[in-house]
Amino acid sequence: MTDMKKLNTSEELEIARPLMGPRKTRFEESWGLLKRNRMALAGLLIFVLFFAVALAGLILTSGTEPYFDPSTVRLQEKLRPPMAKPNIETLRPEEIPRLGVYLFGTDDLGRDVFSRMLQGAWVSLTVGFVAVGIAVIIGIFLGGIAGYFGQSSIRIDHLLKALLLFMGTALLFTGHGYPGIVLLIMGIVWSVYTLARKQTSGGNMPVWLRVLQRRAILIDTLIMRAVDIMLCFPSFFLILTVVALVPASIYNIMIVIGLTSWMGTTRFVRAEFLSLREQDFVTAARALGLRSLRIIFRHMMPNAIAPVLVSATIGIATAILTEAGLSFLGFGVPPPHATWGNILSDGKRFIFDAPWLTFVPGFAILIVVLSFNLFGEGLRDVVNPKLRERH
Amino acid sequence: MDDTLLSVQDLAVYFQLDETISRAVDGVSFDIKKGETVCLVGESGCGKSVSALAILDLILQPPGRIMGGRILFNGKDILGLDEKGMQEIRGNQIAMVFQEPMTSLNPVLRIGDQIKEAILVHERVDKGELNRRCIQVLKDVGIPSPEERLNDYPHQLSGGQRQRVMIAMSLACNPDLVIADEPTTALDVTIQAQILNLFGELRRKRGMSLLYITHDLGVVANIAERIYVMYAGIIAEQGKARDILLTPRHPYTQGLLASLPNPKKRGRALHSIPGTVPDPALKPRGCPFHPRCNFAMDRCRAQFPDLCDYGDGHLSRCPVLYEKRADKDDNHLDFST
Repeated sequence: MTDMKKLNTSEELEIARPLMGPRKTRFEESWGLLKRNRMALAGLLIFVLFFAVALAGLILTSGTEPYFDPSTVRLQEKLRPPMAKPNIETLRPEEIPRLGVYLFGTDDLGRDVFSRMLQGAWVSLTVGFVAVGIAVIIGIFLGGIAGYFGQSSIRIDHLLKALLLFMGTALLFTGHGYPGIVLLIMGIVWSVYTLARKQTSGGNMPVWLRVLQRRAILIDTLIMRAVDIMLCFPSFFLILTVVALVPASIYNIMIVIGLTSWMGTTRFVRAEFLSLREQDFVTAARALGLRSLRIIFRHMMPNAIAPVLVSATIGIATAILTEAGLSFLGFGVPPPHATWGNILSDGKRFIFDAPWLTFVPGFAILIVVLSFNLFGEGLRDVVNPKLRERH
Repeated sequence: MDDTLLSVQDLAVYFQLDETISRAVDGVSFDIKKGETVCLVGESGCGKSVSALAILDLILQPPGRIMGGRILFNGKDILGLDEKGMQEIRGNQIAMVFQEPMTSLNPVLRIGDQIKEAILVHERVDKGELNRRCIQVLKDVGIPSPEERLNDYPHQLSGGQRQRVMIAMSLACNPDLVIADEPTTALDVTIQAQILNLFGELRRKRGMSLLYITHDLGVVANIAERIYVMYAGIIAEQGKARDILLTPRHPYTQGLLASLPNPKKRGRALHSIPGTVPDPALKPRGCPFHPRCNFAMDRCRAQFPDLCDYGDGHLSRCPVLYEKRADKDDNHLDFST
C-alpha cells in the first residue's frame, strides 16, 4: 500500500503492477493488515485459544464421569498451593487429580482449581461476550439515533401510538387478551393509516386533530434522559431485581447484564455522531441521495467505532465480574458449578493464605480482556484506513 | 421560459441562534437555463452556500429554517417534497460538489465504493456494468489509471485528485444540474485551472447545467455565462457575465471588481471595500450595503432598494446609480481596463 502511494503516473503504475500481484478482495486486504499488526494477531490467537480451552473444558468437565472433576471435595487437601502433589495415602483413587498434581492448587474445600477454571471458562467467556454484544448493539442503535435524528421531535400522536401498542402488548401478556388485542389493533391501524397518508401528503386535517401534531419532546432528550435514568439506578441492584423476577438461567443473566449496561456505549456513539453529522462527507452523502440509515451505518458508524470498541473491551471484564457477583449472592449460576467470577469471589476470603485462588481467575480474566483489547485495537485500524500508516 | 431548468423564487432561509434570528438568505431569486453556467458570486457569509444547500434541502433544520419562496425544478416545486422525494432528486437530477475535498469524502471507504454507492442509490445495475461505469466516470474526470484508483482510500489521493473524485461522484448518475460550491477554493492555482477546464469540458460533453458558487472573480470571468452577485442574503446585481464584468451597475460589484489585483495598477495600494459584511442577525435597515457604500444617500438608509432594469437581463438593486446614469448617460465607473 505504501509503495502504491508513491506512484502517481500511469506509466509507473504499469511497471509496478506485476510487483503488486493480483488485486486483493476486501477480506484478504483486511486479513493482511491484521497479520502485519503482531500485537493484534497475538490477541486474536490467545483469544481463540481461550475459546478452544473453554469448549474443551465444557466437554471434559461435564457428564457423570467427567475427565476433570471440578466438584470432588477433599477436605484434608484444602488450600494446597499450585503444583502441589496430592497426598496419595489419604485419598481414594477416584479423588486423585487427573494430572497427578494440583496444577492451580486447591480451594477451601479441597476442590481442584484447575478443573474448576476449565468448567467456568465457557460460562464466563460467553457471559462477557453475549452481554457486551447486547449492550453494544443497543448502544450503537440508540446512540446513532440520538446523534443523527436527535434534533427532530417526537409528536404527541407518536407518543399516543406507542402508548397504545405498549398497553396492548402489556395487557395481552398479563392475561387480558380481549382488551389487549383491541388496543393493539387500534394502534396498528392508526400507524398504518398515518403512514399511508404521509405518502399522499394530505395536509387537510381538522383543527382539533392538529393538537396531535404538536411537538412533545426531542428524540435526543428522550433517549439521553432514558440513559440518565438508567445510570441513576445502581445497576447491580437493578440486575438483582430482574433476576429475582425471571427464572435464573445463565442466558437470562447474559441478557439482563446486557440490558443494563448499554448506557456508556450510547453516550459515546451519540457524542461521536454529533460531531460527525456536521462533517462535509455526511452532507455529501446526503447530497447523493443516500437514505439516512445507510448514512448512519455505512458512513458514520465506521468513523465512530473506536471508542465503542475500547469501552466494549472493558465491558467484557465488567460483565464477567458482575456475573461473579451474582453467583456469589446466589442469583447467578447455581453454586456447585464454577465460574471464574465465583472462584474469584470465593477466594477473596483467603487472599493472604491462598493468593492463587484470586490470582488464577484474576489473571485469566486479565488475559482475556487484554487479548480482546489488542485485537480490538487492530480491528479498529483495519476498519479505519487512516490509522494504518502508523505501523 | 421553457428552457428554464431551475428557478429559485424569493427563497428565504433563516437560522435560529439562541435568541437572535439570522437572516442568511432573504428573498433570493435566480434562474438557471438548460445547459447554462451560472455563477453565484459574493463575499464569505453572504448566503451563497446556504442558497445552494437549500436547493437540495440539505440545511439542518433546526437551527435552519426555510421561511418562504419556491424552488422550481423542471417546473415542479421541490421545496414541498418530502424526504423520500428529495432523495430521488439528490444525486440523480441535481448533484453537488463541495468546497473541501479533504473532508467531503468518507475517510473509511474506498473511492470506488463511494462512487458505486452513488450509482446504486438511484439505479439497478449489475456488477460488471457498475465497475465499467465507475472506471468510465473516473476517466472522464481525468484520473490516471482509474482501475487502480478504485481501490484507494481518500487519504491516498492528493487534493486535486480528491476533488476530481468528488466531481466523478456527482456525475455518476448523469445529473441535469451540478451545483459546485467553491470547488476550487481549497486547491492551488494550477489544479484550480485544471478543474475549471474539466467543468467546462464536462458541461459541453454532457449538456448539463452548472451552478458555480465562488468568491473568485477570476474564476467567474473564466466560466460564467450569467452572474448573480449576492450581498448579505440578497441578489445585488444580476446579468450576463460580460455586462456585469465590464459595466457593473451596483456599487458592491464595482467595489469587488476594483479590488482585483491589476498589473496596470502596479505599485498602488489595492482597493478594498471599507467595512465588513453585516452580521446576518443585525442587518441595517434599507439597502444592506449602505454602510459601506460611497454613494449612500438618506433614502438608502430608509428604504429597501428596488431592482433597476438595464436591459438584456441586466438588473441591479441600486436606484441611486440608475438615476445618476439617467442624468448623465455615461457616468458609471469604467472598470474594464
